[in-house]
Amino acid sequence: MGRYVARRVLQFIPVILGTLFLLHLLSTLTIQIVGDPVRALFGENAPPASVIAQMQADYNLDDPCLQQTGNPCLGLFVDRLGQYAQFDFGVNFRGRPITELFVERFPVTVRLTVIALVFEAVVGILLGILAGLRKDRFADNLVRFSTVLLIAFPVFVFGTLAQLLLGLQVGLRIRESSWAPDWLGQMLNVGYNADYPWLSLTLPGLVLGAFSLAAIARLTRTSLIENLRSDYVRTARAKGLTTRRVVGVHTLRNSLIPVVTYIGIDIGLLLGGALVTEGIFNIPGVGQLVFLAIRANDTPVIVGVVTLLTIVFLVANLLVDIFYAALDPRIRYE
Amino acid sequence: MSDASPPPAAADAETPAPNADQNRSLWGDVRYQLVRSPLFWISSVMVLVILTMAFVPQLWASTPPTARGACDLLNAREKPSAEHWFGYTASGCDMWASVVYGTGKSVIVAILVTIGTVLLGVTLGTLAGYFGGFTDTVISRITDDFFGLPFILGALVFLAIFPDRNIWTITLVLTLFGWTSLTRVMRGSVIATKQADYVDAARAVGAGHFFIIRRHIISNSIAPVVVLATIGLGSFIGAEATLTYLGVGYQRPTVSWGLLVAEGQNLALAGFWHLLVIPASFIVVTVLSFILLGDALRDALDPRHR
Repeated sequence: MGRYVARRVLQFIPVILGTLFLLHLLSTLTIQIVGDPVRALFGENAPPASVIAQMQADYNLDDPCLQQTGNPCLGLFVDRLGQYAQFDFGVNFRGRPITELFVERFPVTVRLTVIALVFEAVVGILLGILAGLRKDRFADNLVRFSTVLLIAFPVFVFGTLAQLLLGLQVGLRIRESSWAPDWLGQMLNVGYNADYPWLSLTLPGLVLGAFSLAAIARLTRTSLIENLRSDYVRTARAKGLTTRRVVGVHTLRNSLIPVVTYIGIDIGLLLGGALVTEGIFNIPGVGQLVFLAIRANDTPVIVGVVTLLTIVFLVANLLVDIFYAALDPRIRYE
Repeated sequence: MSDASPPPAAADAETPAPNADQNRSLWGDVRYQLVRSPLFWISSVMVLVILTMAFVPQLWASTPPTARGACDLLNAREKPSAEHWFGYTASGCDMWASVVYGTGKSVIVAILVTIGTVLLGVTLGTLAGYFGGFTDTVISRITDDFFGLPFILGALVFLAIFPDRNIWTITLVLTLFGWTSLTRVMRGSVIATKQADYVDAARAVGAGHFFIIRRHIISNSIAPVVVLATIGLGSFIGAEATLTYLGVGYQRPTVSWGLLVAEGQNLALAGFWHLLVIPASFIVVTVLSFILLGDALRDALDPRHR
């Protein structure tokens, strides 16, 4: 196990450096092609050159290599890595450090992501098992049909529709009624309510997790069906084990390996989706920070926060990999 | 699809016919399955309708919403009625015409992105899978780096810096972040095909690398890519609409689905539900059609499903 962890961490270093370099390369190349964001911020009413020069210096945009199209700006990348190592991800156009903004808002996004993850994993795996055990029967067809439908909903469509139908049409009636408990109304709210830090994130969490729920259900179903045909399941049955034990212990454990892999990758999808969900439901998380930064044309925030989120994603992925090597010895000794 | 059929000799060698009296090639088998699948027919008809809307919107709605005098602010936000089943948009254009003329923007980008990602994915995946070794290491590491960047977030950084976004910039960015999964799938599929006996046989009679790749490897390993690309087409439509919704895709005065939803979202909460529900259902139906088509193809192409 120790050797596997060490190897995995060593592999992680080039990947994170490569991804950060890619992000750096893309943003510098775009700036080289379209001109720097400070000038874009002012448009036609440009302030004196000295002000622009000052701002460019503040946002690390004064490097001469940013004028040379096609130059990968390796020196700038090394400088940036040094800054990242000291938790310096730049400042926004109002001068606040991005790390500060990020740390302030991150707990909300974590709560939202946790709700989505728990929901998609629990419901997705249960639906997958149900469909897998009843292959080609009614329950299976129902699950297959509804998951295809869910996959067809882009998260912003699902989010806006859920907000309108569940949050407003149903939720408002519950919140205004005298009979319903308070928590039920808060679970179906149109937006975030700071008094209910978990409950009011339920609906956005469900929206965020819906796409992956479908993917997880289908993945569980396919791998369960495949494993149920294998020799070791036949052996277990022949030994006279109960169905509950054969399915629950022998088959399920092996069937869940691709699902765990998917959940690792899915964290990236959730972080991207959180941006949309938080924008729709007005949740003060990291995603909303980017959402608002896009409206305000605040490029340093977008680049800084996306870099931070990418690091979070890669680290989370690493942890999932290590976690499931603990579950499955075959991966450890590969 | 018939263009991609391998020469009959090779095909017979690797797909023993299911019944002794039937001798079909791999793609012949696929065709046989497809014409018997109702799912395939339903989804292809839907995809055809969507494609005609994208390329000849005049067939479906006579006046484009961008034409002079097509929109009247007096009609703004008007609800669906007997004459106008879909009502009017927030700026007083006919909703049906707006949605129909918005189809092209999404679908053309998705088609271009799919072509781009398939070309990149098949080329890089084949090179990595067939040659292995150093080529494989380099390509796989680059794929890993791109894979480390969450799709929407990566596209966002790039597009946010561009001052004006159009078909080409959106296509470029989506292609740049969308090719990785196809490359991985193609690589895996090529590695499996490479070990087949007919490849050894071809090599034994002196065929060169590129001949083998062209004649044997690609046609026999592209099936999962075809499935994934069809589903991908649907998800790129969704991705384009998402980016537009976020404000880094198409900009006004372009008519596009993402913009219609963004515009309708707040007004829908104020009681004008059709402003949101109608463009949203168009997006969902379109994405769904491509996913169903992909599913039908998968059922026909993947022997494990038979």
